[in-house]
Amino acid sequence: MTTPLLELSGLTKAYPGVVANSEVSFEIARGEVHALLGENGAGKSTLVKTIYGLVQPDAGTMRLDGQHFAPPEPRAARAAGVAMVFQHFSLFDAMSVAENVALGMETPPALNRLAAQIREVSQSYGLPLDPDRIVGDLSAGERQRVEIVRCLLQEPRLLIMDEPTSVLTPQEVQILFETLRKLRAEGVSILYISHKLEEIRTICDSATILRHGKVVGKCDPKATAARDMAEQMVGATLATPSRAGGRTGEVVLELSGLSAPAPRAFGTALKNIDLSLRAGEVLGIGGVAGNGQDELAMALSGEMSVAPGMIRLKDREIGTVGVNARRRMGLLCAPEERMGHAAAPDMSLTENALLTAGPREDLVRHGFLRWGRARGFAERVIERFDVRTPGPGTAARALSGGNLQKFVIGREIMQRPEVLVVNQPTWGVDAAAAATIRQALLDLAEAGAALIVISQDLDELMEISDRFAALNGGSLSPPRPAEGLGIDEIGMMLGGAHDMTPAHGEG
Amino acid sequence: MSNIDPILLLSAIIVVSTPILLAAIGELVVERAGVLNLGVEGMMITGAVCGFVVATATGSPWLGFAGAALGGALLSMVFGILTQLFLSNQVATGLALTLFGLGLSALLGQGYIGVKGPVVPDLYLPGLRDIPFLGPVMFRHDAMVYIALLIVALVWLFLNRTRAGRVLRAVGENHDAAHALGYKVVRLRLAAIAFGGACAGLGGAYLSLVRVPQWTEGMTAGAGWIALAIVVFASWRPGRLVLGAWLFGGATALQLALQASGGVQIPIEYLQMAPYLATILVLVILRAGRAPGSLGRPFHASS
Amino acid sequence: MIRLDRRPEPSRAWTIATPFVAVALTMVAGGLMFALLGKDPVEAIRTIFWDPLFGDFASYSRPQLLVKAGPLILIAIGLSLGFRAGIWNIGAEGQYILGAICAAATGLAIYPAETWIVFPAMIVAGALGGLLWAMIPALLKVRFGTNEVLVSLMLVYVAEALLASMSLGLLRNPEGMGFPGSRNLAQYPSAANLDLIPGTGLHWGVALAFAAVIVGQVVMTRHQLGFRVRLAGQSPRAAVFGGVNPGWLVVVCMGISGGLAGLAGMFEVAGPAGRLSIDFNVGYGFTAIIVAFLGRLNPIGILLAGLLMALTYIGGELAQLQMNLPLAAIQMFQGMLLFFLLAIDVLTNFSFRFGRRAVA
Repeated sequence: MTTPLLELSGLTKAYPGVVANSEVSFEIARGEVHALLGENGAGKSTLVKTIYGLVQPDAGTMRLDGQHFAPPEPRAARAAGVAMVFQHFSLFDAMSVAENVALGMETPPALNRLAAQIREVSQSYGLPLDPDRIVGDLSAGERQRVEIVRCLLQEPRLLIMDEPTSVLTPQEVQILFETLRKLRAEGVSILYISHKLEEIRTICDSATILRHGKVVGKCDPKATAARDMAEQMVGATLATPSRAGGRTGEVVLELSGLSAPAPRAFGTALKNIDLSLRAGEVLGIGGVAGNGQDELAMALSGEMSVAPGMIRLKDREIGTVGVNARRRMGLLCAPEERMGHAAAPDMSLTENALLTAGPREDLVRHGFLRWGRARGFAERVIERFDVRTPGPGTAARALSGGNLQKFVIGREIMQRPEVLVVNQPTWGVDAAAAATIRQALLDLAEAGAALIVISQDLDELMEISDRFAALNGGSLSPPRPAEGLGIDEIGMMLGGAHDMTPAHGEG
Repeated sequence: MSNIDPILLLSAIIVVSTPILLAAIGELVVERAGVLNLGVEGMMITGAVCGFVVATATGSPWLGFAGAALGGALLSMVFGILTQLFLSNQVATGLALTLFGLGLSALLGQGYIGVKGPVVPDLYLPGLRDIPFLGPVMFRHDAMVYIALLIVALVWLFLNRTRAGRVLRAVGENHDAAHALGYKVVRLRLAAIAFGGACAGLGGAYLSLVRVPQWTEGMTAGAGWIALAIVVFASWRPGRLVLGAWLFGGATALQLALQASGGVQIPIEYLQMAPYLATILVLVILRAGRAPGSLGRPFHASS
Repeated sequence: MIRLDRRPEPSRAWTIATPFVAVALTMVAGGLMFALLGKDPVEAIRTIFWDPLFGDFASYSRPQLLVKAGPLILIAIGLSLGFRAGIWNIGAEGQYILGAICAAATGLAIYPAETWIVFPAMIVAGALGGLLWAMIPALLKVRFGTNEVLVSLMLVYVAEALLASMSLGLLRNPEGMGFPGSRNLAQYPSAANLDLIPGTGLHWGVALAFAAVIVGQVVMTRHQLGFRVRLAGQSPRAAVFGGVNPGWLVVVCMGISGGLAGLAGMFEVAGPAGRLSIDFNVGYGFTAIIVAFLGRLNPIGILLAGLLMALTYIGGELAQLQMNLPLAAIQMFQGMLLFFLLAIDVLTNFSFRFGRRAVA
């Protein structure tokens, strides 16, 4: 146990304008689960890509098993026994599980033999998987299993997991942890990347904390308070959002039997959703990714029209009413994907203000655009939500994720919505910006607006919701008061573990 | 109508569909790799002229076909470099390739208008040729007809039964994921584009060396575009591609037979519209399957 | 090894500089091509770019500049709208032909009556002809999801066959002694599209092209339609979220580009061409695609690009006459221009860096 499995020393990597990693050094011992902790943009991804051979460092060295280790490409890293489970971007929707697994292997056997191996490995690690299914039809949790099985078949010495639990229900998280413990017992080291502190305290043996690309601390997570780790990670103490007691008014939005077919291949159909939302209320909707969140948001915003009678806003039927007409009536929406959905990346912030604020802020008259007013509105959003940018002429893609999110949410809030639907309001946003956004949402509800907050972050939902409901396979559970809701109950609402329920991806 | 021989007609369909099939199978591979090359027409006509020039210069139609493949592949590399390395818009670049190819072919073919090229011998497949009905329809043609069908079969095998084919499909389905797994997206796509160019070149040469057979400017007359339509019709699957090419060949061959028979009172100009209208009709009636996930999207490894 | 880094914002300087650099590079590469063809490159470039404006025959060729640029600009303005929105109308050539056929048919139906209504009626017929022809790919795309590139292109071949049939049959000049082609509309005073200022080449179509540039500029920068077009082209999902109906946009963009192409055909058949014939169309619909891109899909840019492309046409003819330079070489020259433009375009959004090996 004297030589560590992986030893990083002085790793530095700079991109134009940012230093992603600066002098990063730490060690991972054999058979340990090592946490890499940090906020979005702290440099975790770059570091992991360096270990996996996707990025070459500008300076610094790595040693694997005491040997010099500098993989020029992922193939070399895999050959050395390093495997990685990606957070996004590494599965092929139109191909089968077996083909997906084969693509991640150096020398895959024939597909039918591989299928047998997949069944065997997936059973022995408690991750059931059918090798013949098409990946696009799988749930998020099952998709992750494909990635894990793909790694396990190569018998890795080091397994890298990037935010593995963000797509899992609490029950699925427990299953994953069982698998990780089993691997650890077999002597495999695991580099576990997350910003969820309680998970890290549960599963990890040691932790390295990154901030702004630098190592700012190392600790034993089991012996360190979550709050201490959070403060090292963020570099400041954070205020938790607060709101005065909830006074709710009359029903403003009503969904009755909302159903809609999946709008695209591998999407989710909405099934018979009933809901009524009162003014001044925050309804949190949880659920694992891909269970109808996007589709519900699109049905509410008007991007996807539904049969008449399914949606009523202040007693008016709006199922087939267009996006801008709904805005005029006071129903606003902020989609999950900032780049290319909520905002046009190549357009300026002024133009992005025009994207949604035309009808309510009087930015268009007789079809002609009122650029002066649009710029003024964009400037007010920037000012009030502390968006860090040179000015409203800046292209949206030049903003950091957190700043653009503040702009996108602020743009809707500043239009004084009566009903606001937000999908993943703080996804990929640093802690300070997330707190700002949550506070702004609560203030809006306080002022009498009705809010639907769709999120995969359960902590966030518990923090700001009055009531909680869960999406599972396109169906919505009946909402329950958020106060006093236990993690197990939430888990069951989210659909439990997916191998216990029939697969639901027929879309 | 009565004086149209069904066996001759079917046999003509096979010949008429061959150039389209060749161009389409190349484009199918390109699109399965996630690249949309609208320059098929330009590569085809360049192949037509290269094939004709080389064949008349050497007297060998086979060297002609080789030259056509090389010419098509070289021209496709202009597209490949622009779209893969310079990340230019694939639609615009494909169109530019077609316009450029039309000009290039006219320039190269200047001295060859009205010249007679070498004859491509027929190759009746022994044994098979004597099968009643099927023999005269399928097996009494020149070698390129069989080669075209062989290429289609090999492409099917490659895509569905080999590791490299699986990687190619993966790159076309999700290039970011393929890159993350360490596959060389750009290199693979360049290879696919070159293959597509070579096949389009062969298709063009089949027109100038077998079908017509001589060189005239603009002789592809939209065949490259029809090939593109057939790829969509075939839902990017080689088997259905053959069917699509035959359907199109059917419209053309029937139209030609009607012209020749003189038995119907339709002006020639309207008969000539048939293949194009048939293509539109097919695009409308038959719903295409799901396109490769990354089709037409530019790839930049922004690590 | 050279590598590309994405710029945080598109470079303004390069957006404007790109066409000029592309023209310069094309002159160099084109000169090389002319040299390979055994012609003096300097003389060829001068013949193409200088002589039509200031050479010995300039008094003849200068008006031709407007005559050729007019239809190119008119069509390209329409195309640029769709191209910006990611709607690829490649069949402008067919819409141009249909505009000409409909306009000629209208004029010939009234012939020989002399009345003021003829010319306006032909304008309406021409615009409608092009518009309806463009509605075929547009509606098929909206209704069945067919690819508009392929359908609009197939319809070019159909339009060409229709043109042949018309000039051989229905619209053939009954006094033409059996030769194909219609009556000469330029000699029918009520239908003729003559120079507004004699000897300049400035006919009604050219005037309309200039007007289209101004209207196009206003629409693109100040009107909601222009905003929606740009939005749909850059981020289709954001456009839907912003309230754009994609089907509506397809119909509008195809309709405008088809109508303008039809108008170009109308002004051509009533003026410079004078009559319908089998070889009436000379590829304006395709060259306009180059013009649209060369002008960066920007109306002012299209104005300049249209004039430049018209110059290469006239200069090319001149070079053919004087230096025996094949016309196909000019076509290649135009293709090259587009290639260079597309290649250099990368600098608008990326910057080159010379450094260690790229991770490709």
